[in-house]
Amino acid sequence: MIAELAQTASTGETVAFWILAPLAVGGAIGLVLARSAIHAALMLALTMVTLAVFYIMQSAPFLGFVQIMVYTGAIMMLFLFVLMLFGRDSRDSMFETLRGQRFLAALLGVGLAALLTSGLAHAVTGLTVAGDPAPGQGNVPAIAEELFTTYIFPFEVVSGVLTVAAVGALMFAHVSRRGEARSQKESSRERFAPGNYPGPKPGPGVFATSDSTATPALLPDGTTAAESLSEYVPPRQLTAVEAAPKPTEGREER
Amino acid sequence: MNDPFWLIAIKGVVVFVVLVLLVLFTIWYERRLVAVMQVRPGPNRNGPFGLLQSLADGLKLAFKEDILPRTADKWVFLAAPAIAVTCAFTAFAVIPFGPEVSVFGRTTALQMTDFEVSVLLILATSALGVYGIVLAGWSSGSTYALLGSLRAAAQVISYEIALGLAVLGVFFQSQLLSTGGIVDAQAEGIPMQLGGLEITLPGWYFLILAPSFVIFVIAMVGETNRAPFDLPEAESEIVAGFATEYSSLKYASFFLAEYVNMVTMSALCVTLFLGGWAAPFPDSWWPAANEGWLPLVWFFGKVLAFLSFYVWLRGTLPRFRYDQFMRLGWKVLVPVSLVWILVLAAMNIGLDTGNDLPTRIAFAGGAAIAVMALIFFWPTRKPYEPPEEPDAGLGGYPVPPLDLVVPPNPRGLTELEQRETAGAIEGGTDKGKEEE
Repeated sequence: MIAELAQTASTGETVAFWILAPLAVGGAIGLVLARSAIHAALMLALTMVTLAVFYIMQSAPFLGFVQIMVYTGAIMMLFLFVLMLFGRDSRDSMFETLRGQRFLAALLGVGLAALLTSGLAHAVTGLTVAGDPAPGQGNVPAIAEELFTTYIFPFEVVSGVLTVAAVGALMFAHVSRRGEARSQKESSRERFAPGNYPGPKPGPGVFATSDSTATPALLPDGTTAAESLSEYVPPRQLTAVEAAPKPTEGREER
Repeated sequence: MNDPFWLIAIKGVVVFVVLVLLVLFTIWYERRLVAVMQVRPGPNRNGPFGLLQSLADGLKLAFKEDILPRTADKWVFLAAPAIAVTCAFTAFAVIPFGPEVSVFGRTTALQMTDFEVSVLLILATSALGVYGIVLAGWSSGSTYALLGSLRAAAQVISYEIALGLAVLGVFFQSQLLSTGGIVDAQAEGIPMQLGGLEITLPGWYFLILAPSFVIFVIAMVGETNRAPFDLPEAESEIVAGFATEYSSLKYASFFLAEYVNMVTMSALCVTLFLGGWAAPFPDSWWPAANEGWLPLVWFFGKVLAFLSFYVWLRGTLPRFRYDQFMRLGWKVLVPVSLVWILVLAAMNIGLDTGNDLPTRIAFAGGAAIAVMALIFFWPTRKPYEPPEEPDAGLGGYPVPPLDLVVPPNPRGLTELEQRETAGAIEGGTDKGKEEE
């Protein structure tokens, strides 16, 4: 049956399939093997785009482009956004905490593969080619009609679940403001209150030896300016070599 | 579209060449137009009117040193510009330039390809094109670049929603998702009775779908990262944003992608809302205006007008702050488009789809006027009330009283007096001359 189906495919479709199929499978394998989370996400995006092209090839262009726009364009982009915030050097730890995890994972993986293969094989045998479900009507109206008549209830349920999930995520992420919002006048008064220095605080020290934000600025008498120290960045103690005055090239040290 | 292979190949090459030439022209045009707005000459040395300036810049960029930062993620760093450029060029394939013409004995539409859902192709490629920018920033291994790419990701996700909702209005109205079909659907004018006078309005969607058009134009500027929404490459804040670590041809490809995106988005807007390649006057004036190769003039004229609009925005508006930008996207554009889509759906059901266009225009126009009136007359501010007591400041800090009256400068007073007396004398002599 499958062989018969393969016979009916046109040359262009066959060529496209043999170019895209390795890409899709390679993306899926790369997703598992990639050490960096971003690389894994990119591999997943590659697989998704390739699948979308498969949909388009199977004369479901609407589904294909929606797959690209929604999954690759929006959802994967959100994933990337979050992953990028973790920093580039964060990699998965390869240290195993569970005993015998590898063996169990391999066993279960083989089991899952066997299950999926048998299930798919069972589902695919005896397939008949349905052809265009609504000839002359087009892809979009056909999908719309099915979605908004036959499957209206599941559709609404799914949209309700998604809305609940979005609101729930908002509730989790929401942080109420600490204290009252200050008006411009209030903050200005606070700034000019007696005992407060109204000007900007001195920046970190930028010297020939260091331009780190952890380097304190030096006052004219050589002491460190306390205001230049950030409360979040621990100050760095200069080593004796770093602190010593450096000779300029081509000039005798005085 | 059943074109032979050679015709598709020719069309592909022509689209590519047209885009590259348009980019070279647009860079020159933008610099000259901004120069006019800022009362300075602009590039005028290379070639006639400086037309070859962008070519010279491009050549110079190509010969610059190609730098790969030590901290960069090599493969992603190399792939990012390629992704950006490929997606930018792909989107232009479905833009219709003109009606059917005869090329080497074959009748074909002036459009590389068209299919049932071709507008979605443009939206999909613009969604993928952002990967180029985001990955460029991430793979550079530099803080500024990462900030730029984070901004780009957030910006595009937010503005894509508004853009999609604006395009949804066009889908509602035309009940089509193909670019060629949408242009054809706009061809028919709308007859209207105005006090016994019959007027035919153009059927272009910017009239019927005015709110969608406005939202689309705003979101389009956000989607292409152009001023005043050019936050991912805000040079006064984060150097060059995502492109900070790029040099030579890779930098040039980001530049190319940005300008191609500008052209594509302008062309998409023209296709969806401004009648595509249709002539900007009624058919009866010049019946042959919409046939043969002539519509190319109208199409590129409209695109050029849109590019000028981009330049005008850049020359006029300062860059948005990031939170203002996000607020505009999520709290203004998205809710307004959602409400508008609801109204449109209600109108479509209530007016039995397409039978009563004048009523619909009246509806839309009335709604637009009501929204405008709301915006203009919304009581945002309390009227100013002078304080009862002068502000004494805080803790004795010397603050000038709010009702301070600045006494006039005595020196200025004497100068004023002198000028007045001199003017009186001169005026007197002038009068005498006129009488002679």
